[in-house]
Amino acid sequence: MGNWLVYILNGLYFASFLFLTSLGLSIILGVMGILNLAHGSLFALGAFVSAWLIGTLTGLPPGIAFLVALLAAMLVAGLMGILIETSIIRPMYTRALEYQLLITFGTLLVIEDLIKMIWGGTAYYASKPFTIMGNMHFLTNQYPVYFLFVIAVSFLAGIAIWLIMGKTRVGIMLRAISMDRDMARAMGIRIGRLNTLAFGMGAALAGLAGALIVPTTPALLGIGMEPLIIAFIVVVLGGLGSLKGALIGSLIVGEIRSFGIVLFPEVELPLLFTIAVLILVVKPEGLFGSK
Amino acid sequence: MEATNIIKRPKSYIYPAVFILLIVLPKVLPTYQLLLIQSGITFAIMCLGFNLLLRYTGLLSFGHGALFAAGAYSVAMMGKYLPSLYRVEILIPAAICVSILVSALFGFICVRHTRIFFSILALALSMVLYALLVKLYNFTGGSDGIRVPIPWMFGIAPTGVRRMAFLTGNYHYFLVCIFALATLVMSAIVNSPFGRALQSIRDNEVRAEMIGIRVRRYRWYAFIVSGIFTGIGGAMWSFVNGHVTPESAEWVFSGEIVYMTLLGGFTVFEGPIVGAVLFTYLKLYAVSLTQYWMLIIGATLIVIVRLLPDGITGAILKLFAAMKRERNKGAS
Amino acid sequence: MLKVSNLVKEFGRVRIINSATFQIGQSEIVSLVGPNGAGKTTLVNLISGHILPTSGKIEYLGKDVTFASPYKRIKMGMARNFQITNLFEGSTVLDNIRTCLLSAQEKIHKAFLPVSHYKDITTEAIEILNIFGLSEKDKLLPASLSEGDKKVLDTAMAFALKSRFLLLDEPTSGVATGDKFKVMDIIVAAIRKGKMSCLIVEHDMDIVSDYSDRVLVLSEGAILADGKPSDIMAQSSVKEILFGVR
Repeated sequence: MGNWLVYILNGLYFASFLFLTSLGLSIILGVMGILNLAHGSLFALGAFVSAWLIGTLTGLPPGIAFLVALLAAMLVAGLMGILIETSIIRPMYTRALEYQLLITFGTLLVIEDLIKMIWGGTAYYASKPFTIMGNMHFLTNQYPVYFLFVIAVSFLAGIAIWLIMGKTRVGIMLRAISMDRDMARAMGIRIGRLNTLAFGMGAALAGLAGALIVPTTPALLGIGMEPLIIAFIVVVLGGLGSLKGALIGSLIVGEIRSFGIVLFPEVELPLLFTIAVLILVVKPEGLFGSK
Repeated sequence: MEATNIIKRPKSYIYPAVFILLIVLPKVLPTYQLLLIQSGITFAIMCLGFNLLLRYTGLLSFGHGALFAAGAYSVAMMGKYLPSLYRVEILIPAAICVSILVSALFGFICVRHTRIFFSILALALSMVLYALLVKLYNFTGGSDGIRVPIPWMFGIAPTGVRRMAFLTGNYHYFLVCIFALATLVMSAIVNSPFGRALQSIRDNEVRAEMIGIRVRRYRWYAFIVSGIFTGIGGAMWSFVNGHVTPESAEWVFSGEIVYMTLLGGFTVFEGPIVGAVLFTYLKLYAVSLTQYWMLIIGATLIVIVRLLPDGITGAILKLFAAMKRERNKGAS
Repeated sequence: MLKVSNLVKEFGRVRIINSATFQIGQSEIVSLVGPNGAGKTTLVNLISGHILPTSGKIEYLGKDVTFASPYKRIKMGMARNFQITNLFEGSTVLDNIRTCLLSAQEKIHKAFLPVSHYKDITTEAIEILNIFGLSEKDKLLPASLSEGDKKVLDTAMAFALKSRFLLLDEPTSGVATGDKFKVMDIIVAAIRKGKMSCLIVEHDMDIVSDYSDRVLVLSEGAILADGKPSDIMAQSSVKEILFGVR
C-alpha cells in the first residue's frame, strides 16, 4: 500500500516538471500559434544557470543560494525567450507552418551550442538542495523532501499562471488573442507586446523547470531534449493551447511514467508514446482541445 | 509557377549531364569526397520522398527519420540475423517491404490529422521507434547500433573486398542508377493524375472531397510512397555509412530532413536533391571547422528561412526569371 | 430525380429544417429562396451529405440516400459548388478542370503517366472552358481571376464531374451587380446544354424569375410555397416573407 502511494507521489513529481515545461509550451502555442522546438533548450539553459549558481554561491546559506539560483534561471530563460521572440520569431507569425517549425529548430541548435560555449561540455552537479532537505518519514517509507518541494513549487506556479490568465487585464487579453487573433487585433489589443510577454513567460517557466531538475540530475548537454518531446506529448494529449489540458496531460503522463518505470522498466518510454498515440487516435483534438 | 517552367527545357540535357557526371565521379574524385557525395545522394532519395508529402500533399512530417531508420535497420538486421540472404538484390526489396509496413502503420495514424497535429504525431511515432531501437538492445544493438558489412552484390562475393573498394566500385554505379530511377519515378508520380490529386488535396481538402477524391486514403498512399523512397534512401545509406544507430530515428535527424529539403528549396522538384547534397557538405565542413557546428548549422538555417524561403534552387530560378525579364525589356 | 420528404434537422433544440418536402424533376432548374436564416445552406448541406438529417428521407434517382456519404452521392452524379469559392489555388484554371475530369472518369489514381498523356481529358477540359467562357484564361492561377470568373470556374468544376444534378449555393454571391446576369447566362446555358437538373440558392429575385423553371420558398425551415416564378411572386405571403411588405 505504502509503495503504491510512493509511486503516485513520484508520478506527481514527474508531472510537476512536465507541467511547468508544457505550460510554457502551451501558452506560446495558444497565444502565438507557434510550436517552439527551442523550448527544451530554454529548459537546459535554466538547468545550467541554476547548477552553476548553486556551485558558485557557496558563501551564501544553501537555502538562499538555491532560491537565487531558481530566480536567476527563470530570469535568464525569460530574457532569452524575449530575445528570441523579438529577434527571430516576430517576422514569422504570418509564415507557413514549416518555416515556423524550422526557425525554432534553428534556434534550438544555436542555444545548445551557446550553452556549450559558456559552460563547456562537462556535467554540472548541484545536489546540495536535495541532500540538505533530506528525507521525511512517510508511512512505512522514507521520502525525499525535495520531491515534495518541487511539487509545491509547480503547484504555486500553476496557481500564479491561473491567476494571471484569469484575473489580470494582461491575462484576459492573452486569452482573447489565443481565441481569435484577428478579433483581438480589431479590439485594439497590442498583440506585438503581448506576444513578447507570453514568450518570455513561457520561457521563464521552462527555465524554472530546468532549475528544479539539477538537484537530482546533473546539468548535461542535451538535457532539454527529452523534456521537450514529453512536453509535446502532454500538450497534444491535453489539447493544443489549453491550460487545463496541460495540467491533466502532465498528471496522466507523469503517472504513466512513474508506474511504467516500476512495472515495465525496459519499455517505459515506448509505452508512454504508444499510449499517447492511442489516445490521439481515439480523440484527435486532445482531451481538452477544441477543433 | 512561372519560375518552374523555365527549367523545363534545360531538363532534357541537365539530367543526362548530371547522370554522366555521377558515373565518372569515381575516376576523378578522391575517395573521401566520393563517399560524401554518396551520402548526399542517399539523403537526396530520402528527401524526394519527404517532399512528396511536404510540397505535393501539404503535410509536414517531423518524424521521417523513423522511416529512414526503418530502411537502414532492415539491411543491418538482415546482416545480423539472416546472413545467407545478405545480398543487395534481396536487401533492397526487403527494405522496401519493411518501409511499406512501417509507413502504412504510421501513415494510417497520422493522416487522420493535418497541419501541426500531423507534424507532432509523426514526431511522436518516430520517437516510439527510436525508444524501441534504444531499449530493445538485445535485438537491435541499443544505442551502439549495428555494423553493416559489405553485402553480396549480383553474385559477387564480398570476401576479401575492402569497404572503400566496394563503395568506389560497383556499389557506386548501383547507387547512381537507383538514384536516377528514384528521380524519374518521383517525377512521373508528381506529374501524374495521382500527383494532381495530391496537389488538389493540398490546395483545398473540402473541394477535393467534393469532386470525388478520397482525401484520407490518398494522403495515406502518399505517406506510403514517401516512406518507400525514404526507406530506400536509408537502406542505400547504411552501406555507405557501414553502421546504423538509433540516432537516425531520433527527431533531430527528422529536423535535418526538413532542413535539407528547405535548404534546397521545396517548391522546386529538384530542390530537395540539391539541398541534401549541400547539407552533407555544409554539415561536414561545419563539424571539421569547429566544435560549435550546431551554431553554424542553426544560424544558417535561421538566415535561410528568413531570406531564402524558396531555398537555393528557388532563389536561382527567381534570379534567372528576373534576368530573362531584364533581357526581354532590353530587346524590346 | 430528387425527392425530399419530411426532412428535419435539429441543432441541439433548435429546428433549422422543419419537415421540408419537395421534388425536383429531370432537367429542371429550381430556385430556392428565403430570408436569411431560413435554412437554405443547411438544406443544401443535407442534400449533398455534408450533414446528416435528424429525420426524414432523401431519395435520389429512386434510391434512398438519406445517410449516404458525400462521396457516394458524388459517384451517383450529384455535384455542388460552394457559397465561398472553393478552388484549387495552386493549380491553373485548366488543371482545376482536368482534376475534376480525371476524378469523374476514375483516372485519378493513375500514378505513372503524366497528366498531359491523357489527351482526351485535356480536349474535354478545353471544351468545358469554352462553354464557360474561360478558354482565354486557362493558364492563369485562380487568384488572378475576377470574382465573377472564380464563380464561373467553381460551377464549371461541378459541371465537369458529368453530374446529372447540380447544387449551386449562391452562384453569384460576391459578383459585381452588373456582372451577375452575365455569369448566370453562362452557367444556366451550360446546365441546359448538359440537360442537368439543378437546385440554385439565390437571393436576387430578378435572377430567380429569369432563370428558373420553378421556385421553392423556404421559411423557418419549411417549404412555404412551390410553383412557377410568376405565380410565386404574386403570392402576398411570399412577398411578405421575402420583402417584408404586405
